[in-house]
Amino acid sequence: MLSHVNISLQSLNISTLVPMLIPIVGALFILVLDLFKKDQNKSMYVMLSLLFMMLDFGSLVDFSLNFNTNGTALGYFNMMLIDGLALLAQFVIVGASILFIPLALTSKRFHEFSYPEFFALFLFMIAGFQFMVATDNLILIFIGLETASLALYTLIALHNRSKSFEAAVKYFTMGALAAGFFAFGAMILYALSGSVEIHQIAAVFNADEFANLPFILVAVVFLLASLGFKVSLVPFHTWAPDVYEGASASMAGYMSIVPKIAGFVVVMRLFEFLIQSGVVWLNVVLYVIVVITMTAANIWALVQNDVKRMLAYSSISHAGFVMAAVLIGTTQANSALFLYWILFTFTNLGAFSMLWISRQKNLAPGQSSDHSYNKFAGLIKIAPLSATIMALFMLSLAGIPPFALFWGKIYMISAAVSAGYIVLALIMALNSAIAGYYYLKLIVYMFMKEPEIDIDSKVYTMNGSIALRTIIGFAAVGTVFAIIAVNPLIEFITAFVYNSGY
Amino acid sequence: MLDHILSLLIFFPALAAMMGFVVHKDSAKAYGIAVSIIEFVISLYLWFAFDTNVSGMQFMESISIVPTFGINYLVGIDGISLFIIIMASFFTMIGIASLGDVKKMKNLVITLLFLQMTMVGVFAALDAIVFYTFWELSLVPMLYIIGAWGGPLRIYASVKFFLYTFTGSLVMLVGMLFMAFLYNQATGVWSFSILEWYRLILPENYQLWLFAAFFIGFAIKVPMFPFHTWLPYAHGQAPTIGSVILAAVLLKMGTYAFIRFSLPMFPDAAVFFMFPIAIIAIIMIIYTAMVAYAQEDIKQVVAYSSISHMGVIILGTFALNVEGITGSVFLMIGHGIVSGALFFLVGVIYDRRHTKMMSEFGGLASVMPRYATIFGIMMMASVGLPLLINFVGEFLSLLGFYNQSHIVTLLAGTAIIVGAIYMLSSFKKAFFGEVTNEKNRNLPDLNSKEIIALVPLTIIAVWLGVYPKPILDPINNSVKSVVMLMHEKSITEEAKTRIPLLEDKTLMQKPQAEVK
Repeated sequence: MLSHVNISLQSLNISTLVPMLIPIVGALFILVLDLFKKDQNKSMYVMLSLLFMMLDFGSLVDFSLNFNTNGTALGYFNMMLIDGLALLAQFVIVGASILFIPLALTSKRFHEFSYPEFFALFLFMIAGFQFMVATDNLILIFIGLETASLALYTLIALHNRSKSFEAAVKYFTMGALAAGFFAFGAMILYALSGSVEIHQIAAVFNADEFANLPFILVAVVFLLASLGFKVSLVPFHTWAPDVYEGASASMAGYMSIVPKIAGFVVVMRLFEFLIQSGVVWLNVVLYVIVVITMTAANIWALVQNDVKRMLAYSSISHAGFVMAAVLIGTTQANSALFLYWILFTFTNLGAFSMLWISRQKNLAPGQSSDHSYNKFAGLIKIAPLSATIMALFMLSLAGIPPFALFWGKIYMISAAVSAGYIVLALIMALNSAIAGYYYLKLIVYMFMKEPEIDIDSKVYTMNGSIALRTIIGFAAVGTVFAIIAVNPLIEFITAFVYNSGY
Repeated sequence: MLDHILSLLIFFPALAAMMGFVVHKDSAKAYGIAVSIIEFVISLYLWFAFDTNVSGMQFMESISIVPTFGINYLVGIDGISLFIIIMASFFTMIGIASLGDVKKMKNLVITLLFLQMTMVGVFAALDAIVFYTFWELSLVPMLYIIGAWGGPLRIYASVKFFLYTFTGSLVMLVGMLFMAFLYNQATGVWSFSILEWYRLILPENYQLWLFAAFFIGFAIKVPMFPFHTWLPYAHGQAPTIGSVILAAVLLKMGTYAFIRFSLPMFPDAAVFFMFPIAIIAIIMIIYTAMVAYAQEDIKQVVAYSSISHMGVIILGTFALNVEGITGSVFLMIGHGIVSGALFFLVGVIYDRRHTKMMSEFGGLASVMPRYATIFGIMMMASVGLPLLINFVGEFLSLLGFYNQSHIVTLLAGTAIIVGAIYMLSSFKKAFFGEVTNEKNRNLPDLNSKEIIALVPLTIIAVWLGVYPKPILDPINNSVKSVVMLMHEKSITEEAKTRIPLLEDKTLMQKPQAEVK
């Protein structure tokens, strides 16, 4: 006979669920709407999703104002943890989604966007990611991760090309493996500490001074592998280039940003106390993974023949770069992670959108893939504005000042230097030089070569609609004038990260 | 307006370049000339308004960009940077004015104007991040100029140029960030202001590492042996205008940065590395002179001789006394004028014959007398004939180093004289004797466009060779305060003796913060 549990509604603090519930309600709303009024134009669904995401964003603003005065909020049996990290990550997730969804408004028709389910799944996915970052409960993290991932697999498959199915299946298989790893790692942590909440686990481990170190290390290996899949660290990255290639360019750009920031936050929560614990072994493993991810991905990117695959490897490399923040572990480094990722959002989404806008239905003769380098040869003569904007994004990705990513880069390297990781800082800097080569390769193709394949000049802005142009313009402005935003961003982020105790 | 004259000077060309997109392509060149004349006039006005009695920074402007991280838009000039800025705007002006019929003229003019912004920006920046921004940004227009208007190997050359310099400067960036971190340790605030960094006294081992980090960035840019391999490719493939700007202005960024960063910030390390660097400088002078002698392409001869003379600038800089540094700054101007002019001259003959091979020429003096005269004067200036511009700088540089080491100076002096051989021999091959190649028989002499570019350069080369005082004085003044600061800041005994103590107390700047 179960005894009554008395919990006041007040203590549940249900309002902490609001940011996640908004997209869920939105998704259900879209599905219900579809029951009654079929075959609506996609523009309506885009705008509806956009509205729900803006509501979501608004609620986050509200929460962050609350965070400024009252600090971290707990809710729902202390499962929800709305701290600065959670809020920052949700800002990036929802913000990037707001920038992404108008990309569905192409002037040419694409299969996936004609289903309302696409938008419902998209909103479910956002809710999943939001759950993932706004808790330190391993089970809720797992649920959020899986909700988001399952939705994402479907979104990729909806692109309806043979390569998309391949990509979706590949991602699904890998994702399932990663999920298994995560569950196993979490299980060991639970077995050792009797808790699934990270701060409890940390407290238990600190109390018994890491007595069960071998088991902890096993758990860490599994968790690292699982999260490594999600944020695509080498050697768990193998799915990434194929999946990016199979997905539509816009979806690939989205995948390079949003799932990763969610992953980073979980990694940060999980590894922060382990790194600080003084277990040298873990530092070394992370160090090696960071360096290999940066360097190897850069070298693979050098030899790609397709711009989208190059960008896929480049985003793996950027993930490695940012992963260094977790290793360094200072407030400045953790702030740099968010700064970097916000700036990266603009630039990378811009770069992928430039590919998206030029996506043609059929390949021209001599063109080996959708976005092969030779497609862009001599672009400055054919479409000077496109070439210039694309070059801007490439320069920003390469870290040329004063464009957006440079500021993230120096803040991150400075964090490494300040924490005494001088060698790491040098490796990070030199990796930017390697990366410079492949970004330059596209610029060389666009500006210095003659057009190579016979291609209709309309192709380069083929999908261009007002919505796409607006997003690209937005990304370009964000990339060029990032400098104005850097100081407020640093202040804002540092305050949030610091007040969350990271 | 005077308060913001430097910002005007930096961003006017950029603004003009953006507006240039609207200008019709037939009028692009005229537009470019107009803009660059305005820019040149402003830079002359800068000289006019410059107070030569002040040794510190003038026309300073400060706007905070990222106050939490200590990044400010901080610009200002002293006697060291003033003339390089004027030279940059001068070369852009005559460079655009002398452009022949090139394809995509509008793109070239716009690129040159952007390049001008970055050049002025580098020399005016007093904040390390602003400096770095312009320094990196200057690579992009140059990449495009070489890559789009260059010779057959242009893509290889331009990418090599970009990546080589980019790699070096990233190491320098880590050095800058470390420097800012040390400043933060000492004072508790972030700052990237070079003037603030001057006040920081660093322990010797930090100085050595930081010096090395900055050195890699600067040495690749200069380029110093053994990092020079990108330059012959860049010069070999670049169009005339690219080579001129590269040799005259862009390379000076490296030598200028040594004086602006390395010397005053790390005086002990500068003393420590003085002899190794002097030896590298001598290798540069001798080795590249020998390589130049073996070249068959006139442009490569000029390119290698340009590297060779950069060696003298380095030697003067690392004399670490007023004579040497003043001489090296003056030689930067002289080298800019002379090698810029020489690249123009090579461009002239290339336009006519579309070859740069020396064996194709001979006896040009009788066919193109005016061309031969100017070439002769510039070549004499290049080898350091007295009463021409380079002599002043070379003499002072060597005089400065004579105070540090007689032997090294002797070697360097001999090397310069030996170096004259290759210039004279290539001059002889190309200009004297009978006209052997029929194609050269009817070459037209200099046309008005080329005269516009070359005559002012010749006049300057002679004028400053005879009467260098108007330029030498302000340079000397600012260099004094640099040397004084170095002496004051240095901590080792050796550095105190190597860097002379100056009497003039009015120039004193006190270092304040110290890193333990």
